[in-house]
Amino acid sequence: MTARTVRLYEIANARSGDKGNRLNIALICRDPAHYSAIAKHVTAERVAAVFAGRKPSRVVRYDLPKLAAFNFVLDDVLEGGVNASLGLDGHGKSLSYLLLDIPVQIATRHAVATTCDSPVTR
Amino acid sequence: MASKVFIGAGAGFACDRTDAAGPVADTLATLPGGRFLIFETLAERTLAQSQLDRRRDATRGFNPALERFVGPVLARCLRDGIKIIGNFGAANPSAAAARIQAMARAQGLAAPRIGVVDGDDLTALLSPAELAAREIGGAVLRNATEIIAANVYLGAEPIAQALDQGADIVVTGRVADSALALGPLIHAFGWRLDDWDRLAVGTLAGHLLECGSQITGGYFADPPFKNVPGMADLGYPIAEIDPDGSMVITKPAATGGRVDRFTVIEQLLYEIHDPSAYLAPDVVLDITDVTVEEVAPDRVRVTGARGKPAPETLKATVCVDGGVLGEAEISYAGPNAAARARLAAQTIGERMNRRAPGLVLRVDAVGVVSVLGDAAGALARPWASDPGDIRLRFAAQSGSAAEVELMLDEVEALYCAGPAGGAGVRKRLTPRLASASCLIERKFALPRVTLTGGSP
Repeated sequence: MTARTVRLYEIANARSGDKGNRLNIALICRDPAHYSAIAKHVTAERVAAVFAGRKPSRVVRYDLPKLAAFNFVLDDVLEGGVNASLGLDGHGKSLSYLLLDIPVQIATRHAVATTCDSPVTR
Repeated sequence: MASKVFIGAGAGFACDRTDAAGPVADTLATLPGGRFLIFETLAERTLAQSQLDRRRDATRGFNPALERFVGPVLARCLRDGIKIIGNFGAANPSAAAARIQAMARAQGLAAPRIGVVDGDDLTALLSPAELAAREIGGAVLRNATEIIAANVYLGAEPIAQALDQGADIVVTGRVADSALALGPLIHAFGWRLDDWDRLAVGTLAGHLLECGSQITGGYFADPPFKNVPGMADLGYPIAEIDPDGSMVITKPAATGGRVDRFTVIEQLLYEIHDPSAYLAPDVVLDITDVTVEEVAPDRVRVTGARGKPAPETLKATVCVDGGVLGEAEISYAGPNAAARARLAAQTIGERMNRRAPGLVLRVDAVGVVSVLGDAAGALARPWASDPGDIRLRFAAQSGSAAEVELMLDEVEALYCAGPAGGAGVRKRLTPRLASASCLIERKFALPRVTLTGGSP
């Protein structure tokens, strides 16, 4: 299999949410064909490494194959959360873009779905 | 029993747009069935802020934007039988109800029947030490002597009861966000309180609607990868639900935004932890088998929610005084800006080390490293670039306002006693509330429903 490297940003969408000092990031494949490649490369361990500067006490990945999506839950990475953080983004709303910067290998036979207009509306 | 229920979202957070509910109410008015307009305006911290407002003035303590949210749609909803449900009552739901009655009078409307739901306030039931013993995942309450607010998340039942008793409008304090949608469904369809799969559908509907435009193209656009048409006129969502639990998410015609599998899945997973166990007061929602299907432009069918019995304990949010947060900013621009900014940051660090040794100082370099940085701040790593226009931001928090003010003054003093070209100092001091989550036995959650005005 020939492969090439893309950033997650090119093939997936992501959204951050916070509860207290816990962050979740939903990662959604634009094309379900990329699900297995992302499952292989974007492990909980890899995400923990990307967020190492924020010292996560635990990172869990939940897989949602019916949605071609993953849910990452990172404990204790929000500097105390929105009511305690000294940073500008106590909610962690920008942090989905830290995840989306990860490079992943995908098979060259898979097209890169740069846009995600829905089949019904396009 | 209603044959179909339509639930629109008028607001999804305390500071949401106040003209969004109009098109939703206009659309609901054309639809056949039970029609409800919900307002979710209560974040974790908002309620404690409202409690402080109430202490200062007993007629306040509800969402300050109440009139701006409800005023524009009140006449329309009362005339067309669209019920309004909102947690904008915050720390004082009965005062919010009184304010809505005053608005109705001012608009020349007959007094609406308003259901007030309270009983979420725990401060009279549990001492600071008893709350501290129930704190989960932290130690915010360990040494707390004074609680500003302690509110347990109530479920959908009192909302359904208020509607059963003929309420045109239901005003609540702290309830689970999802209860704002589940309450109307229990009322309209007569769903049993142990019909877990049905309660799961209603909880999922509430979860999808609770953030307003976050399912219709808000918190989503990233052009040219993720395009959202008509961002300035984002339409807010409407859920259409059948008695058997089928659900379609849509939005008013002739509004901006988009509803498709991408916007719906992002919101479906928003603030979710374990997808097989989303804990609500009414049910444990399992979304692992949910499927999302586009059935027409801006119409998405969501199926497969499953429910498990409601949890034994309920979550409460407890707030205590968190001291003050001080933030001060200064800019350095042009050739060699990065070196001057670094020197300024080091200088403040040394001065504060001497004058307030215990104070933790955070430094961001906006434009170089800020929101994606970590707690160590901008000085902990080499700067990847010199953008030539850097805004330094200093932040510190303390129980001692004097200590924090000293930091703010030191940043301002950089004008003269700092590197060349320091410009545009701004300083801000904000009171802080520290919040904790507790698990509370159900016996302490005593929802109460009071009807005022109108006639059933």
